[in-house]
Amino acid sequence: MTTQEFKDIFRNGLWKQNTGLVQLLGLCPILAISSSVVNAVSLGLATAIVMAMTGAAIAPIRTFVPKEIRIAVFILIIAALVTVVQFMMNAYVHGLYVVLGIFIPLITTNCIVLARVEAFASKQPTLESALDGFAMGLGLTAVLAVLGGIREIFGRGTLLNGIDLVFGEVAKSWVIHVIPNYHGFLLAILPPGAFISLGLLIATRNWIVLRGENKAKEFSSAAVPAV
Amino acid sequence: MQPIFKASMQTSLRLLMFTVVGTAALAFTFNITHDKIAASEEAEKLNLIKQIVPQEKFDNQIMQDILSIAADPLLGNNNATTAYRGRLQGQPSMLVMEAIAPDGYSGKIRFIMALQYDGTISGVRVVKHKETPGLGDYIDAAKSDWIKGFNGISLTNRSDKDWKVKKDGGQFDYMTGATISPRAMIKAVHKASQYYAQHRDELFAQQTVTPSKE
Repeated sequence: MTTQEFKDIFRNGLWKQNTGLVQLLGLCPILAISSSVVNAVSLGLATAIVMAMTGAAIAPIRTFVPKEIRIAVFILIIAALVTVVQFMMNAYVHGLYVVLGIFIPLITTNCIVLARVEAFASKQPTLESALDGFAMGLGLTAVLAVLGGIREIFGRGTLLNGIDLVFGEVAKSWVIHVIPNYHGFLLAILPPGAFISLGLLIATRNWIVLRGENKAKEFSSAAVPAV
Repeated sequence: MQPIFKASMQTSLRLLMFTVVGTAALAFTFNITHDKIAASEEAEKLNLIKQIVPQEKFDNQIMQDILSIAADPLLGNNNATTAYRGRLQGQPSMLVMEAIAPDGYSGKIRFIMALQYDGTISGVRVVKHKETPGLGDYIDAAKSDWIKGFNGISLTNRSDKDWKVKKDGGQFDYMTGATISPRAMIKAVHKASQYYAQHRDELFAQQTVTPSKE
């Protein structure tokens, strides 16, 4: 794999083909779990790990899987790996497992996992597939983190609420009270808040992209000498 | 006919192979994480017990004064559960027991409840549930204070028709659009209180059992 390919995989995952902002896949967990940064990043990372694992597991056997039943096999592998991750989280980060609860097994049904396997891992070598899954997962995590941050600040006035579930009691003091004595803004925590925030994020991304394109156009038209 | 048969046999054999490998991977992970998961769940339970049993209500080693309660329809369970007895100056004062609300919105809701000797509820906490996040999960103390509505309630200070959500003519609050979860909880706590009323004396008379480690 060349450095260029490596860069492209990450550029696609994090920006160009971002699952949350461009492909708009897997919206259910994005909207449901992004009510705080800790929840959002935890589920995002769990998804990234699952995606890297499924990419790495499926790419080497891609020629061995009969075409007719590939979706069934992919789902089987994804479901098995998600359950492994679920057991691990239950055992080693129990508090977080309790919070994320039903959304961990639901990673299986997150269509972005199957979509990447079908679009990438079933056609590409192992290392690339694992990296692609991980990069896509990181892109999702980034969107979830920003979305979680926005919703948590507006909804509760804090950041990193619940971090003690990941790092234990010591982490309780890490919670940042961005707005002291804030009474909360329920809309931001509820699903409509998720839709509105995600809409604003998508708009921001589109604005950045369009601005970039316009600048490029201005540049190229300026370069043409006026006759 | 022959080649089709051969091809489909091959396909199904491969699918079978994937299934076997997948199952083996799951069984392996289950085995290596099982003890750790059981230990975390136990630790969480002890933490919960401390939340619902006031310190001044017992002076014995409540975690060691254990008994096993056989499964009972009033408790909604199919297996024997562990209960903890609190005593104050040698007199029975508290009982912490587990029960199940079988008819939650998404399956069973497991909870523990602490009762004072006279049957007054000292506290209830949901241990495990799969209610819809953001909707029915307000029965969980981590999400809302709803569950504290059980505190101080008993079969003597509430009549049978009070053990319902307000919408059904009872005394309990609920959130619009999510009445199934509280209904299940109220019904189950009511039944468990009845179980306690029927069995109180034998529960406190029973010998302490050493918890069996599976």
